[in-house]
Amino acid sequence: MNADVRDPAARESAGPAPLVVHNLRVGFGGRAGGSEVVHGVSFEVAAGECLAIVGESGSGKSVTARSLLGLAGAGSWMTADRLELHGTSVVSSTEAAWRARRGKSVGLVLQDALVSLDPLRPIGREIGDSLRLHTNLGAAARGRRVIELLDAVGLPDPHLRVHQRSGELSGGERQRALIAAAIALDPPLLIADEPTTALDVTVQAQILDLFREITRRGTALVLISHDLAVVSHVADRVAVMSEGRIVETGRTAQVLADPAHPETRRMVAAVPADRPRGTRLSVPHGVSERPISPSRPAEPTLPERPVVLERPVVLEATGLVKGFRRPDGTRHAAVDDVSFTLVRGTTLGIVGESGSGKTTTARLVLALSTPERGDVRVLGQPFTTASVRERRRLRASVGAIYQDALGSFDPRLSVGQILRSAVAGPHGTRRATGTTRVAEVRRISELRRVAELLDGVGLPATVLTRRPLELSGGQRQRVGIARALASTPQILICDEPVSSLDVSVQAQVLDLLDELQRELDLSLVFISHDLGVVQHVSDRVAVMQRGAIVELGDAGQVFGDPRHPYTRRLVRAVPRLA
Amino acid sequence: MSGDIRLPAADAAPTPLHDRARRFTAPEVVAGAAALFFVLAAVVPQWVAPGNPLGINPLSAFQPPSFAHGFGTDESGRDIYTRVVHGTGSSLLIGAAATAIGLGLGIVLGTLAGMFGPVVDFTVNRVLEVLFAFPGLLLALLFILVFGPGVITATIAVGLSTAPGYARIIRAQLIAVRRSAYVEAATVQGLGRTQILLRHILPNTLAPLFVLATLGVGQAIVWAATLSYLGLGAEPPTAEWGAMLSAGRTYITSAWWMSFFPGLFIVLIAVTATVLGRSLDRRLRHA
Amino acid sequence: MLRVLARIGGAVFVLWAVATVTFFAVRLIPGDPAEAVLGGPGSMASAEALAAVRREYGLDQPLFVQYLDQLVRLATGDLGRSYALSIDVGPLVLSQLGGTLLIATLALGLAWLLALALATWSTRGGRVAWYLGSGLEIVAAALPHFWFATALIVVFSIWLGVFPPISTSGVAGLVLPVVTLAVPLAGFLGQIMRESLLLALESPFVLSARARGESEAGVRWIHAVRHAALPAISLSGWAFGSLISGAVVVETIFARPGLGRTLLNAVTSRDVPVVVGVVMIVAVVYILMTLLTDLASRLADPRLAVRS
Repeated sequence: MNADVRDPAARESAGPAPLVVHNLRVGFGGRAGGSEVVHGVSFEVAAGECLAIVGESGSGKSVTARSLLGLAGAGSWMTADRLELHGTSVVSSTEAAWRARRGKSVGLVLQDALVSLDPLRPIGREIGDSLRLHTNLGAAARGRRVIELLDAVGLPDPHLRVHQRSGELSGGERQRALIAAAIALDPPLLIADEPTTALDVTVQAQILDLFREITRRGTALVLISHDLAVVSHVADRVAVMSEGRIVETGRTAQVLADPAHPETRRMVAAVPADRPRGTRLSVPHGVSERPISPSRPAEPTLPERPVVLERPVVLEATGLVKGFRRPDGTRHAAVDDVSFTLVRGTTLGIVGESGSGKTTTARLVLALSTPERGDVRVLGQPFTTASVRERRRLRASVGAIYQDALGSFDPRLSVGQILRSAVAGPHGTRRATGTTRVAEVRRISELRRVAELLDGVGLPATVLTRRPLELSGGQRQRVGIARALASTPQILICDEPVSSLDVSVQAQVLDLLDELQRELDLSLVFISHDLGVVQHVSDRVAVMQRGAIVELGDAGQVFGDPRHPYTRRLVRAVPRLA
Repeated sequence: MSGDIRLPAADAAPTPLHDRARRFTAPEVVAGAAALFFVLAAVVPQWVAPGNPLGINPLSAFQPPSFAHGFGTDESGRDIYTRVVHGTGSSLLIGAAATAIGLGLGIVLGTLAGMFGPVVDFTVNRVLEVLFAFPGLLLALLFILVFGPGVITATIAVGLSTAPGYARIIRAQLIAVRRSAYVEAATVQGLGRTQILLRHILPNTLAPLFVLATLGVGQAIVWAATLSYLGLGAEPPTAEWGAMLSAGRTYITSAWWMSFFPGLFIVLIAVTATVLGRSLDRRLRHA
Repeated sequence: MLRVLARIGGAVFVLWAVATVTFFAVRLIPGDPAEAVLGGPGSMASAEALAAVRREYGLDQPLFVQYLDQLVRLATGDLGRSYALSIDVGPLVLSQLGGTLLIATLALGLAWLLALALATWSTRGGRVAWYLGSGLEIVAAALPHFWFATALIVVFSIWLGVFPPISTSGVAGLVLPVVTLAVPLAGFLGQIMRESLLLALESPFVLSARARGESEAGVRWIHAVRHAALPAISLSGWAFGSLISGAVVVETIFARPGLGRTLLNAVTSRDVPVVVGVVMIVAVVYILMTLLTDLASRLADPRLAVRS
């Protein structure tokens, strides 16, 4: 963002670069060949500069980051032509020499401070540890410094906070404490590994601001992320990693505007925010080598969607209320008077931050829990108030996919068993009462339907014998979609279906859902914390905050001209490609 | 970089872990062989040790381990190896029966608590709490006080004192499965309560029971032998391990082998059960 | 406050239930209790003697009255008179309690030390240490007290002559009984500690600590060990119970005075009041231990206090 303010030459004179890496190789196990996971990466970072290393899980970006502190892990090895921290070569440092540098000349910030700060120790102690290890300050002086640090990272009431443990803080507060621990000795280099991944968008924006401020003070920052959009606001330069190599590197604006490598193009194309409904996010195989216009990456537009006018309402929620009792006995409304309708063939996005009641709403709509007030109607018929028998009949019309696809499958069953049982439906377990011929015919028709479903979600027949545990995240979600479609539902409830997937896999799954919606005239309720995703998939959007819908309207209006102040705040915080 | 990568590396399936879980480790192979030996010794002891476990030969009493008598002889000149092998059957049977009783009771109590609502759950939990207040052998001793010593009472007593532990584990497992995402997913698919119970809840609750049973047999054998040793279970001259040890107690200063080898078999069988149980557990979790 | 009251109420309930279960269980014993007082069926006691005993022990009252009577007596700390020894059970049991608590507490402490040492050592070295550590734990956990005690006596008393085979009152006499009780328990605790230690060592907060420059020893002793200890702490109540039941065997073998040996003698001689007395005392000790364990768990893991 403010890279233009700094003059590289001026930085040069300020002293040695905080980090120089040349031909870094990292591997696990034996030194010979195949075990190498980082295949000779080179980069350097100047004081006050932010370099983002972007890649998908398994690209080697985290291993690279940890190697910079000599912490690649048990059984790892590392070689490099040059690896210099603040002018000192650390290629062949002993463990003791590394320890003296960690925290002092290089700091590390990890993802999710709930587990990255010792949950049993007060944060004051955790932060004070850096001071204890590297300075001669007494306990009282350390305590004062810790409070200063907490104040510097913007944590309110630092005097009280020092005695709290990570579990007693909110996600954003925790992350600030973790950052405070990493910058306690003001190291010239800070490495942040997915520091905002577990956070809500508005909190993420605040933490990114904090990082920006830290670099402004002259600290060099290496930011590791899977999300191009997130880093594009902070990073001066971007390095894209894929399969252990840096495949592209350059100034952020340039890389985003004119991605040269197919991997980069794929990642740029996969960012859903500001991409109109119906544009493909995943780059199909075979076209990946085709040059793409610099202004907008691959956009093979799909046929125009049918104009949605006067189509029937398939799902209707009216005045849903559901509360929970807190441990201290007070009541807390998780869902407070939520109403919406879903029109056939359209997608209703429900967006909100953690604790906003999205998932409770999904459970109410699926009749997995009973609302205290209000009801849900499916295809014009009562759903929540229906008899058990009637509701079970209607369930065939309502499918669901979940964030944790793996957890939603019985661990004993193979993909084939899961899908066959879904195809057979609730009455499938009854062994054929007729002749064996009837059973045989039914068996064949079931198998044919399973094959059809697999084909529909783009999975090969070889997955049938595998268990979901043996599949990748994207494949699991495809199996989940196939199962949901087995009963030919008209409505699909999607609860954070892509939240635990890599961006490019997320793109594939979103494209698949879009295709299926067109083909089968499906109506979707799409629940997500990710505004970019919701913006891309939704016709209409409901914004939830503290259990209530604060804004409900056409996607274009909600994102283009948000009315409610909370929506405005959310929309401003959406990570977009800068 | 080539453009024809099928799936991005990021979305690779986690197969290596499963290969590792399936391979047999050295301890598992050894434990498997030991289990085979114990089963053979229990079913066809005369193949493993051809001698007569009760054959008295006063001339060769108190012989230390030698080529003729690998484990030595006892006060009546009986071959200890033969006796230990012939005792495998009854020890295993007692262990298995006690585990069956404990597990059976545990299943009943655990299912009641885990399936039939908060009131039953509360009641069963209080019952379990009370049973836990008779730690370890105490419940067994109380039972023996009431019904008198002997092999059968000792077996039931051991089963009884293991039941509360099993009940608690089964209850926790049942509740975890009932709240699992896959049971919810089955509800969304339109399956009824009975179908979900039969298709998902029972199989997923029962599978870990095999692990519990395997681990439990080893402990039950140790406990039953303890009761025999205290003179409350099987009595000499039965070739039961605990009883043999009890008999060897008198000659401990001169003939250590009389106590050592029966006990060694108890340890071996308990270790075998633990290794196999854990291996089973690992496989169930990862397969 | 409410929670404390509920805990106390729960403890009283369990004690009442234990008393009730033992009272009715004892009535299931075949034969005439009065005859048992006079030395069993073989004693050929006269009718007058039997009647006198019935009156003395309240056995001529209806069952329900006897039950209430027993509850009242238990509540006032009166545990009745021993059939076999003709002395009051209360003082008898209390005099035996100390010895058992001593070896159980020492054994619990030793088991903790052994388990912690084994767990930290075996997660520190390479594969060999790991295999050796887990192997030792499995074997230790499988050791029957009576056999292990016998083996210790053979080696340390008979062959080496270091420790007395019969437990004398001195410190030397404590060593073998305490080791016998501690080693199998250390096997159990060690397995649990090692698993949670490994989990803690792989967790992000340990990586964070290393990234601050924390040394390997610091990582272990400041962060990991505390996490490893949590599940073992919460198991200590159960462990204490199993130690008391192990004391039955150990006190018998080493001829130590204590609750365990008293209980075993009472069971073999069918001395009902003594059995009931020991069971009640053990229940009280067990309940106190679980309360202590809960308290210790809360102190070690502040998250527990917040959550519930």
